[in-house]
Amino acid sequence: MNGTQKATKSDNPFLPEPARIVRTYPLTEDVNFFQIRIADMEKALGFSYQTGQFAMMTVLGAGEAPFSISSTPSRPGLLEFCIRKAGTVTNALFNLKENDLVGLRGPYGTGFPVDKMQGKDIIIVMGGLGAAPLRSVLLYCLDNRDQFGRVILLHGAKRPAEMLFLEEQLELKGRDDLECHLTVDSDDTGQWTEGTGVVTTLFPKLEGIDPENTFGLVCGPPIMYKFVLQEFLKLDIPKDQILMTLERRMKCGVGKCGHCAIDYIYTCLDGPVFSYWDVIHMRELI
Amino acid sequence: MKIVKMKRENLSSFLEAISREAELWAPVKKGVDTHAFQVVKDFSEIDLNYTRTILPPRKILVPSRFNMFQATKTEYTPDFSHVSNKIIFGIHPCDISGLLTMDKFYSYAIEDPYYLESRKKAMILGHSCWPDEHCLCKSTNTHIVEEGYDLFFTDLKDFYLVWIGSTQGDDLIRLVPDLFEGEIADQDIQRFMQWREDRDKAYSSEINFVAMADLMELRYNDPVWAKLGEACLACGSCTNVCPTCNCYNVEDRPVLGAEHSNISRCWDACTLENYSGVAGGENFREKRADRLKLWYTHKLQAYISKYGKPACVGCGRCIATCPVDINIKTVSDSLDGANPDAFWNRLSQEVTK
Ligand SMILES: Cc1cc2nc3c(=O)[nH]c(=O)nc-3n(C[C@H](O)[C@H](O)[C@H](O)COP(=O)(O)OP(=O)(O)OC[C@H]3O[C@@H](n4cnc5c(N)ncnc54)[C@H](O)[C@@H]3O)c2cc1C
Ligand code: SF4
Ligand code: SF4
Ligand code: FES
Repeated sequence: MNGTQKATKSDNPFLPEPARIVRTYPLTEDVNFFQIRIADMEKALGFSYQTGQFAMMTVLGAGEAPFSISSTPSRPGLLEFCIRKAGTVTNALFNLKENDLVGLRGPYGTGFPVDKMQGKDIIIVMGGLGAAPLRSVLLYCLDNRDQFGRVILLHGAKRPAEMLFLEEQLELKGRDDLECHLTVDSDDTGQWTEGTGVVTTLFPKLEGIDPENTFGLVCGPPIMYKFVLQEFLKLDIPKDQILMTLERRMKCGVGKCGHCAIDYIYTCLDGPVFSYWDVIHMRELI
Repeated sequence: MKIVKMKRENLSSFLEAISREAELWAPVKKGVDTHAFQVVKDFSEIDLNYTRTILPPRKILVPSRFNMFQATKTEYTPDFSHVSNKIIFGIHPCDISGLLTMDKFYSYAIEDPYYLESRKKAMILGHSCWPDEHCLCKSTNTHIVEEGYDLFFTDLKDFYLVWIGSTQGDDLIRLVPDLFEGEIADQDIQRFMQWREDRDKAYSSEINFVAMADLMELRYNDPVWAKLGEACLACGSCTNVCPTCNCYNVEDRPVLGAEHSNISRCWDACTLENYSGVAGGENFREKRADRLKLWYTHKLQAYISKYGKPACVGCGRCIATCPVDINIKTVSDSLDGANPDAFWNRLSQEVTK
């Protein structure tokens, strides 16, 4: 039987591709930015993904973990991640340097339905590490600016030093085709010129929202969902146009290890992007 | 499907012949009243007079720990050393159904070669059984199997009727055709029908399996879950013994004195505390009750949308195993409103202890 041969080589869905860290630098105290390129050039360019999808990354000897792809598919070749130091795998990853190798497989999960979002206004609400998957869709919208209506970014962090992509987003504020509102819970620098208060305090700044024509996207720490979803509902955005990406423990990314199960679905296959409609139908989602 | 007859005294000659083809696994007696599937060389060790093995036969296909890759930073070499030609003899219908469920699960959406390759190389030689007080396979309709085996032996005392379920099964018979008879006399058929009837009557336990999917939904917030949660020891035993549990963890360990790492897969259990924990200290199922709910959703409700039926195959292992009697029977009965007093009294005592 040559079945094994076939499975061992090309059909093994768990097989990581060696990939090189092209660039890494800190974004905040415990979050680093990583630019990674799959070592095999052909495979690097062939790695096609959607905004909101994730990849499994292996640091040899430490383990494997899921991370959202932070870059946009509109700029192929390089994959970007922003990663918080949290435990075994991420600690080992932070010890790696530029040019070091990791393993990468994916992309996995559902992405944001950018085709359905065409022509619509987009409100992106991010907090904490929620910036990782949402930066991808934000950059995608900006790269394909004429395909979308208004693009609005609401970003909240605890303190200025904890805001991911702060410089990038301050720069984006200069664009007149993006409405960008940043806020921190408290300013400990005395030099913060943006908003203060939790992210929901930014909602009153939004004027003239046409709910039927709007998609609301949210990702952040678990506590954030409830409050932001309420704001979206208050704006009368249809339930299937309210989208979020959720985190669960994941050990395989392909629906086999069971860790990400919720009711009868697997977050890695049926998510991580869900609509508010899904939330109503699945009790444990948020 | 063809059915042939084999005299009982021919069994060891048959095993002798087939064990030359592949590694032979069969139930062996362990301790007073427990059995386990093992590789057998000496056929006298085989004990077919068993009800259920401690661990289900999936352990033969996906061992509790096996290597997935030998890896260096530049090359991840798949390791399929757990895959080999095997013959599993003596599997009961519930466990064959369990493997059929695993087949669907591991092929759904993305094929898992670590299971499927192992499965492809394993021949399944089923064997009939007689229910004890824990067997629920009649309720789950897995007491008789029509697929999932290469050969199936129904024990009718001095002879076997042997169902041939695949060409590979047929090939095994052709190794020693003289041991089998194609003619099945009318009295043999009557013996079989009588055996079926008697066996059907021998079931003393049942659950309302068909209603359970709806009851899981309707009683999702029932206080019964909190009670069960308080009693559960979160030991994970129910998961290890269930033929349709599949959760696993992955470990990546550098090999001492070598350049490579071993990336291995090992069984995990959703009833264990950290199962749904993520970085940052968040645990989506901190409460035992929530973890039990996940387990029983899987056994009694989930899977319908994807595979047409829930996962329980009625083997009774969780009943024989759980130290505090939380099992498919007591949980189903509780959700069904039956609350068997003995169970609830003991549960309340254990919880207040
Ligand atoms: C779809 C998806 C996308 C993600 N995207 C990103 C991203 O873009 N950036 C990012 O930084 N992270 C992301 N994550 C989270 C990331 O996967 C985890 O931070 C990572 O798995 C941590 O791995 P580790 O080995 O470093 O930590 P671990 O060693 O696994 O542990 C991390 C911490 O959690 C605790 N912990 C470990 N195991 C458990 C447990 N079982 N129960 C409770 N606590 C436990 C430990 O005490 C430790 O403090 C994403 C997760 C998912 C599912
Ligand atoms: S739930 Fe219990 S009876 Fe059902 S298959 Fe699993 S161990 Fe057997
Ligand atoms: S239900 Fe029983 S066997 Fe399962 S984890 Fe709880 S105590 Fe252990
Ligand atoms: S991560 Fe393994 S099943 Fe979803």
